[in-house]
Amino acid sequence: MTTTQDSPKFERSVPKPVFTDAEAGAREFPDSTLRHYNYYKPQKRKQSHYEDVTVDVQPDPRHYLTQGWLYGFADGRGGYPLDWTALKAWGSDKPSPQRGPGTGGMIVKDWPATGWHEFRDPNEEWELTLYRYNSNVVRQVTQNVEAAKQSKAFEQWNPNWVRFVEQHIGAWMHVDHGLGLYLYANANRRAPTNMHNNAISVNSMHRIRAAQDLALYNLTLSEEIEGFDGSAHLQTWNNDPAWQGVRDVAEQLTAIDDWCEAIFAANVVFEPLVGELFRSQLVQQASPRNGDFVTPTVVGAAEYDFAERDLRYTTAMFELLTNDKEFADHNKAILADWLGSWTAKALSAARTLQPLWSQPDAKPPRFEDGLDRVKNRFSGILGSLGLEAPKELAQ
Amino acid sequence: MSRQSVAKAHQKIQELSWEPAYHEPVSQYGTDYTFRKAQKKDPLKQVLRSYFPMQEEKDHRVYGASDGAIRGNMFRQVQERWLEWQKLFLSIIPLPEISAARAMPLLFRTVPNPELHNGQAIQMIDEVRHSTIQQNLKRLYMNNYIDPAGFNSSLRNFQSDYCGTIGRQFAEGFITGDAITAASIYLTIVAETAFTNTLFVAMPAEAAANGDYLLPTVFHSVQSDESRHISNGYATLLMALADEDNHQLLARDLRYAWWNNHRVVDAAIGTFIEYGTKDRRKDRESYAEMWRRWIYDDYYRSYLVPLEKYGLEIPHDLIEESWNQIWNKGYVHEVAQFFATGWLANYWRIDPMTDKDFEWFEYKYPGWYDKYGAWWENYNRLSRPNGHKPIVFEDVDYEYPHRCWTCMVPCLVREDMVMAKVDGQWRTYCHEMCKWTDETAFRPTYQGRQTPNMGKLIGHREWETLYHGWNWADVVSDMGFVRDDGKTMVAQPHLDLNPDKMWTLDHLRKCPPLASPNVLLNQMTDDERTAFAARYVKGGPAGRPAPAEA
Repeated sequence: MTTTQDSPKFERSVPKPVFTDAEAGAREFPDSTLRHYNYYKPQKRKQSHYEDVTVDVQPDPRHYLTQGWLYGFADGRGGYPLDWTALKAWGSDKPSPQRGPGTGGMIVKDWPATGWHEFRDPNEEWELTLYRYNSNVVRQVTQNVEAAKQSKAFEQWNPNWVRFVEQHIGAWMHVDHGLGLYLYANANRRAPTNMHNNAISVNSMHRIRAAQDLALYNLTLSEEIEGFDGSAHLQTWNNDPAWQGVRDVAEQLTAIDDWCEAIFAANVVFEPLVGELFRSQLVQQASPRNGDFVTPTVVGAAEYDFAERDLRYTTAMFELLTNDKEFADHNKAILADWLGSWTAKALSAARTLQPLWSQPDAKPPRFEDGLDRVKNRFSGILGSLGLEAPKELAQ
Repeated sequence: MSRQSVAKAHQKIQELSWEPAYHEPVSQYGTDYTFRKAQKKDPLKQVLRSYFPMQEEKDHRVYGASDGAIRGNMFRQVQERWLEWQKLFLSIIPLPEISAARAMPLLFRTVPNPELHNGQAIQMIDEVRHSTIQQNLKRLYMNNYIDPAGFNSSLRNFQSDYCGTIGRQFAEGFITGDAITAASIYLTIVAETAFTNTLFVAMPAEAAANGDYLLPTVFHSVQSDESRHISNGYATLLMALADEDNHQLLARDLRYAWWNNHRVVDAAIGTFIEYGTKDRRKDRESYAEMWRRWIYDDYYRSYLVPLEKYGLEIPHDLIEESWNQIWNKGYVHEVAQFFATGWLANYWRIDPMTDKDFEWFEYKYPGWYDKYGAWWENYNRLSRPNGHKPIVFEDVDYEYPHRCWTCMVPCLVREDMVMAKVDGQWRTYCHEMCKWTDETAFRPTYQGRQTPNMGKLIGHREWETLYHGWNWADVVSDMGFVRDDGKTMVAQPHLDLNPDKMWTLDHLRKCPPLASPNVLLNQMTDDERTAFAARYVKGGPAGRPAPAEA
């Protein structure tokens, strides 16, 4: 007779699931239904997802930071000093609560204590949105270039246009890269709220991505077009007199200490007067006439970044400051100074670019017409901020 | 993109950087380190064309899991003991993450290597990812876990609570002071390379064992970025080592950064893993065992020691002393006991330990019960209001500790407490190393060398100072740790959500006022202070007061 015997069951040592019933609504008790972040006031009626993941992550001694900043620079200052910009938002001059033995937390109940905290990025950028947006851009750009390769689109280009793309489209990548790193990324350490700094860091990535888009496009063209000089952009950026004005201003922009001035000079002045002049009034106009339907799709991505997203948060940020209930006049006076100075520099840089307009075989609309268009757009941006166009605009 | 094309693309984007011809970029942060223009390569080799879709794909997985957790009723299986500690952890961690983003510009001018700046910019946006994805996880907990109190007031709590303040060093230390000390040595070489292992790998594993698979989902996704950040730090460290003048500063900064990370991270994560879990299988690793694996073997022996041959002075003594603190001096147990003693100043609920927990602790840490068992039994006995006061006011053989001026964790290993008059004020420190950090390291000269860029310890570093002389009910109200009925406390020393069993401000009103140990210390005469210190160091373990003199 045979018997069957179960082999001893081997049981692994693993955590066992336990029914805990710890889900929302399982019981009623104080706070059991208070399911929203209760420490900040939303900009609109309802708290947004963007606000939930952004607001108050960067603390402020004028609000809940009762023990103050804990680590300082050598001068003893920690955190995000408000005087890292000359502009002011209401409440900026009010001192922080002076806490000490037995004072309690002195939490500022009338919040926000300064107008800085009223800013919300209208693009509502946080990680989910920024990766989604930029992934879409790089996918679309890659597909456009790939489709052009498949259809042998580059064979239509005349030699003059090939030179134009290798030198001048290529040169712009340096502007994007330099500002992306040394102006925008640099400024993400400087602003007094998380909302500002996150928006600025996303702006930084747009520019660095745009620079890389151009560099990789350049790489593709080197592989696809016989005789395309993939290093010509370096020579152009370093030595072509037409580019030295742009380079001079781009470098000056990275040398600005005041973070508001840096964002203002770059996004309100330089980009509309030089960036859009180059991209929208030259590249996008000249390319199709010279048989190139690909370059506008690459450059257009950067144009959209600026026009539809970066300018949007910039406008929201400076509108608050020019309409500030306490410091509107103070801010407008400083912004007017910055405008005068940077408009002159930007226009001078724009004019040094003028020789580019005569280089393609099929010419784009006249330089002066393009400049008039960007000046008009620039005036419109200033108008939306409540600022007067500076006299330098007439240059 | 294919692997080959990524390499080619990365080589191409090196053409983007340029040396200024007309104007130097602004220089806003200083360092006492010097760098030769060493040809160090960008270790990340990351191109945004592949980076963005990669991160988006990681997001898809994270958010897919989040949906799955809700649809699958994950919270029916989550241990409350565990989730309660996440109220503390997730209130702290988004700030260190975003501070790491803010820290990257500190390196642009001070580390003169444009190729490295590409990696630093990517780290910047990674950190924005981490901060916001963690805020989002907390939001999900708030919406779906049984008790939203403490999650719903998270950032207010964190910014005004003493535990949050301890954690905040792990953020402010990244963004201030000497740029290399802060953004490179403290942040990338020590915090990210050593301690994210316990933060983002060991702790999520414990979360999963407690029914929470969302924490591992989010934090493993975060950790997959950290490995790139570690490369950033390593490249900068090698550049720093190339200049012998930096060796003295590297030695100083490694000592400070190592010790501070040990004091802060081991205190918090050790407590979460050992006292926040219900998984008491004998073969699951204890925090000490995890520490030995992740920190001692993986970081110290595999990463740090090989750098010795390049001239890096490794703080062997401090690594051994940290282990001594964890293994022999019960550092984690002392911290957990203190958190539980001071439960009323917090914003989460702390579950009492049971016989099953005692058995596990005794197995993993022989001798644990004799030191801590009786106190935890008292904690359980005093956990529901029943005519007595919270445990901190009851006679349970525990003396409320003084706070360390430097790391701000109290001086819990009593025998190690040291005291000094610094900047005109008497201060207590939890260990000689924390005294050294304040007295010697964070100063404008170091071993006779000018260090004008070194940062400063600032702020009201003892939380109790602010509330000296206050009634506890007013303290808790002032901090806002009260539920929506206006009287029930957010914090509780148990997990029972029956409103009749919960502590309220009315209970606290009857308690003695809060006294700041540091204020009292500075009011003592010199003789009294000397006597106090002599007695204090004879106290412990487990907070026991010094035995009375015979």
